[in-house]
Amino acid sequence: MNPEPALSTSVEVWIGAALSLMVLSFLWRDNPCYKVAEHLFVGVSAGYWMVMGFWSTLWPNAIVKLVPTAARVTDPTAGLPAREPLIVIPLVLGCLMLLRLWPRLAWLGRWPTAFAVGTTLGYNLVRYIRSDFLAQLHAAVAPGLVIAGADGAVNWAATVDQWVLLAGTACALAYFTYTRGGQGLRGGMARTGLMVLMVAFGASFAYAVMARVAVLVSRLQFLLGDWLGLV
Amino acid sequence: MSGWWNPTLWNLALATAAITAAIVWGIVRTRRRGLPAVRRIAGVAAIEAAIGRATELGRPVLYVAGTQDLDDVQTVASLGILSAVGRLTARHGCQLVMPTTRSLVLAAAREILRESYTAVGRPDSYAPDMVTYISDDQFGFAARVDGMITRQRPAACFLQGAFYAESLLLAEAGAQAGAVQVAGTGMSHQLPFLVAACDHVLIGEEFFAAEAYLTRDADKLGSLRGQDLVKDAALAVLVGGAVLVSAAEFGGWRWLAALRDTLLRLLQV
Repeated sequence: MNPEPALSTSVEVWIGAALSLMVLSFLWRDNPCYKVAEHLFVGVSAGYWMVMGFWSTLWPNAIVKLVPTAARVTDPTAGLPAREPLIVIPLVLGCLMLLRLWPRLAWLGRWPTAFAVGTTLGYNLVRYIRSDFLAQLHAAVAPGLVIAGADGAVNWAATVDQWVLLAGTACALAYFTYTRGGQGLRGGMARTGLMVLMVAFGASFAYAVMARVAVLVSRLQFLLGDWLGLV
Repeated sequence: MSGWWNPTLWNLALATAAITAAIVWGIVRTRRRGLPAVRRIAGVAAIEAAIGRATELGRPVLYVAGTQDLDDVQTVASLGILSAVGRLTARHGCQLVMPTTRSLVLAAAREILRESYTAVGRPDSYAPDMVTYISDDQFGFAARVDGMITRQRPAACFLQGAFYAESLLLAEAGAQAGAVQVAGTGMSHQLPFLVAACDHVLIGEEFFAAEAYLTRDADKLGSLRGQDLVKDAALAVLVGGAVLVSAAEFGGWRWLAALRDTLLRLLQV
């Protein structure tokens, strides 16, 4: 026998349910309920990330490293870390960002931006060559016949997989060349490469849609179960 | 491993030097011999057309540079495209709206747009408020941008950069608003959503090449020429390597096995 449905008595659940419905109302059209939820979401999340940024980034990485005793403000039993005076450099760069508030000194704000862009490009250059270039080539270069065991029998399924991988990678690579002619063998490979990409996108789309359905089911379980007590 | 040189990564140093040399070669060759012929990318051509449409309709253009910070190379690439888009909107006198999710991106985008508007002789049309900060939270950002799209009804939406689960939320809102949408990202898991919901998509590498296409800058197109050389080399290693590995595996020749081992050691990182 099913128990009687029982509405939640938790204020948090009611707020969560109300906000869920307000956001879902966007499916009908833009409306005041959605606007309230939207502004609340933006305001709360912006405030949350600002506080998180202070306590999880600025405090441990700048303040505590300059003034080690500050570590005991958040944890009275914490050991004192070593002082790191060099942390002043990124701290100053960060402060330069604030100079944008004064038009005459705003140009100094470009320095940290330039530093961030330069570091990103330099750091990622080597990282991508390592993981997205050499490692991928190493993984793709494999024998054309996959032997299943000690008796020398060919594993045809794995062999076909290997050929599809090799041909698909080569054709997709041909698609992403820009300054070569699009005719002949290269053109054919490029067109095949585009088809390979679209097939891969189709498979990925279907997989991701299933994940999104799971998210929807989770929200419905919250509304129908935690809130209304129907399931 | 401490120190400046890690001897176990010699092949990484070699590959980095070779790729850099190929790109420098491409740039030098382009400077000497002129711009290379490049194949058409429909998504890039659509950017200019979409801005023209927005101008005719008197509606804004919305640009989103992804949801990641400046430490993501896709955000940097997106700001390059923003520079070209800014020049086009300035030239056409079209309103540009750019919500951002990171403070560094906000600052960089404002600088870039100021430069773009000044470069085409329209510094008076630039306003810092074109670029606004919303929230670092991806879904808070998506909720706000969806609201902006619904209320402001932009004629064109450019979703260029690194996206995660919010990609479909943004693209779907743009599609509902009837905007021409040109997306571009290197996030392979988000590309299917963008392909499904947008009019044109710059797929992976195309997204990184878009700035060169839009600006027709000799150095950037030269860089593409060098990158194509690297891709040709990768194609040769891929096909030649598979043949070599197969021959070494089943041929039984010792020298082929030694050659295979050398190739695999070169690629091992």
